[in-house]
Amino acid sequence: MRREGSAFQGLGVVMLKELSDHLSSVRMRVLEWLVVLVALAALYGAIQQIKDTTAEDPFLFLRLFTTSRDPLPSFVSFISFLVPLMAIGLGFDSVNGEYNRRTLSRILAQPIYRDALLFGKFLAGLVTLAISLVTLWLIVVGLGLLLIGIPPGAEEIGRSFLFLLVTIIYAGVWLALALLFSILFRSAATAALVTLGIWLVITFIWPVLAGAVAQVIAPPDPRYMALGLQTPATVQAEQILARLSPSTLFAEVVVALLDPTTRSLGPIYLSQLQGAVLGAPLPLSESMLIAWPQTVGMIASAILLFVIGYVIFQRQEVRA
Amino acid sequence: MNADTVIEAKGLTKTYGRATAVDHVSFSVGRGEIFGLLGPNGAGKTTTILMLLGLTDISAGEVSVLGFDPVRQPLSVKRRVGYMPDTVGFYDGLTAADNLRYTARLIGFNKPEREKRIADALAQVGLSEFAEKRVDTFSRGMRQRLGLAEILMKGAQIAILDEPTSGLDPHATTELLAIIRAFKSEGVSVLLSSHLLERVQSVCDRVALFSNGRIALMGSVADLGREVLGGGYVVDIEADGAGFADRLALIPGVSGVEKIGVGRLRLHADRDVRPEAAAEVVAMQGRLKYLGVQEPSLDAIYNRYFETRPDEELTMKEGARHAA
Repeated sequence: MRREGSAFQGLGVVMLKELSDHLSSVRMRVLEWLVVLVALAALYGAIQQIKDTTAEDPFLFLRLFTTSRDPLPSFVSFISFLVPLMAIGLGFDSVNGEYNRRTLSRILAQPIYRDALLFGKFLAGLVTLAISLVTLWLIVVGLGLLLIGIPPGAEEIGRSFLFLLVTIIYAGVWLALALLFSILFRSAATAALVTLGIWLVITFIWPVLAGAVAQVIAPPDPRYMALGLQTPATVQAEQILARLSPSTLFAEVVVALLDPTTRSLGPIYLSQLQGAVLGAPLPLSESMLIAWPQTVGMIASAILLFVIGYVIFQRQEVRA
Repeated sequence: MNADTVIEAKGLTKTYGRATAVDHVSFSVGRGEIFGLLGPNGAGKTTTILMLLGLTDISAGEVSVLGFDPVRQPLSVKRRVGYMPDTVGFYDGLTAADNLRYTARLIGFNKPEREKRIADALAQVGLSEFAEKRVDTFSRGMRQRLGLAEILMKGAQIAILDEPTSGLDPHATTELLAIIRAFKSEGVSVLLSSHLLERVQSVCDRVALFSNGRIALMGSVADLGREVLGGGYVVDIEADGAGFADRLALIPGVSGVEKIGVGRLRLHADRDVRPEAAAEVVAMQGRLKYLGVQEPSLDAIYNRYFETRPDEELTMKEGARHAA
């Protein structure tokens, strides 16, 4: 038997309420200032570097995002570092906060399903992140125009816009993770610490660990080692393991999109390079093709994390 | 289900793994009735309420709320039933009116209707002047009243209140009970739960006493008093004059007369003998100062009932052991 009515009844109401909560919260304001200041610093460094060193570059505009000048990392590295923090900051107390304020059972006694509450919270978080990221993107594009003085081409705008979209998807992955832990743990502090811990492990420890684990799974071939080369099987295993982390996926997509000369995200044999004009940029559609599997991987992990949380939330007791 | 029954539960059961929280509970609530689910904490009252609202799965049994099945038609049930949970919570950063606006939008009222309903509801619970105050400044009693305002705003046919008076001072309790009585006069049925028997016995038409997930006793307070306490009615008389005791003892139905002070007598009877007693005192030229029937106290009923029951269970267990 089907249950009556739509699962999305009240979705818009929940979303708007959560969105206004997010946008007016002190937490969000702090995060936004952090991101804007850090991004401006990175941008300033990049522009200085570009002015000093780059003479001619067909994709000068994209260099804004990827160029770094010591001691500051590039804009892209800042973003890949800060976006998860923002997403976790928005999501870690979304469901357990309702428990702790004792509002959950009162809200669920209204004619809506739990689906609407959870979807609404996720969408509100995502829209909040999207608003911040779009603003940031516009700031970067605008400042780039002003400070470099060269208008970007259509392809550069296209590439940087796709980078924006992928960043929002990346934020969605972390938001879904934060939401999942806010469902699992009644204490917001526990949820925040666990999510941040997982973020640290996935982003900083896992890439290193993946190399070590790959050596165990596919031990390097002494013949390759004698030649000073990496064993293909080991490299592949390492890549597969590293790609379990959304941070790796995001980094790969960013490289493919913002550096048009990227031809492959994995190891390639010399034979595959035959006839290739090294350093020649790929058209946007080809770059998208390279980045597509990683993008789908990120979307899938966001959906997977959300669904796990959704199933648990549906079964959870509402009493505090 | 007849037309005047708004909630009908039959054999309602909730199990968590091997533990049984609610064990084959059956009861019905009539239109405009105030029905109390009473019993100690952990007796299964809240679980029963959540099952009525479709907020938790039903392990076995049937429930019908206003003719709807809470499991299959939760939206229809929740649209017509107002619920105030145990220690109701609100969004502290929002004003009282904004909290209600959020609920009203979830229900789906349009803007003019929303504003009118919210203003009316806040006025009814005496919170009009606090409408634009943030809820984090509210006392416990005000929050509970805001919870009732939400139910009023919703225009619910049934109000389900979980521990509405817990943690309130006597004054706030009195105010809250007055609002609950007002529900009844508007034809709203009320189902309330409480572990404070004395506080709510005055408002409940009928009560169900919970114990370990079962309904131990059900009925009006007076009926339960007679059933459990046995002695029926206790009538207290205070009058100036002498020699009433013998005359009063002769009134049919009176089983005993007890002197409890200067000029004060207590009658034990199997029916309400106040009219006859008054007539006797007046006939003997006595000056009647006080005449009252003692309402049986739920606490007394509850304690008496559970004083006797554990023994029975104990003997049964021992019998079983012997038999084995």
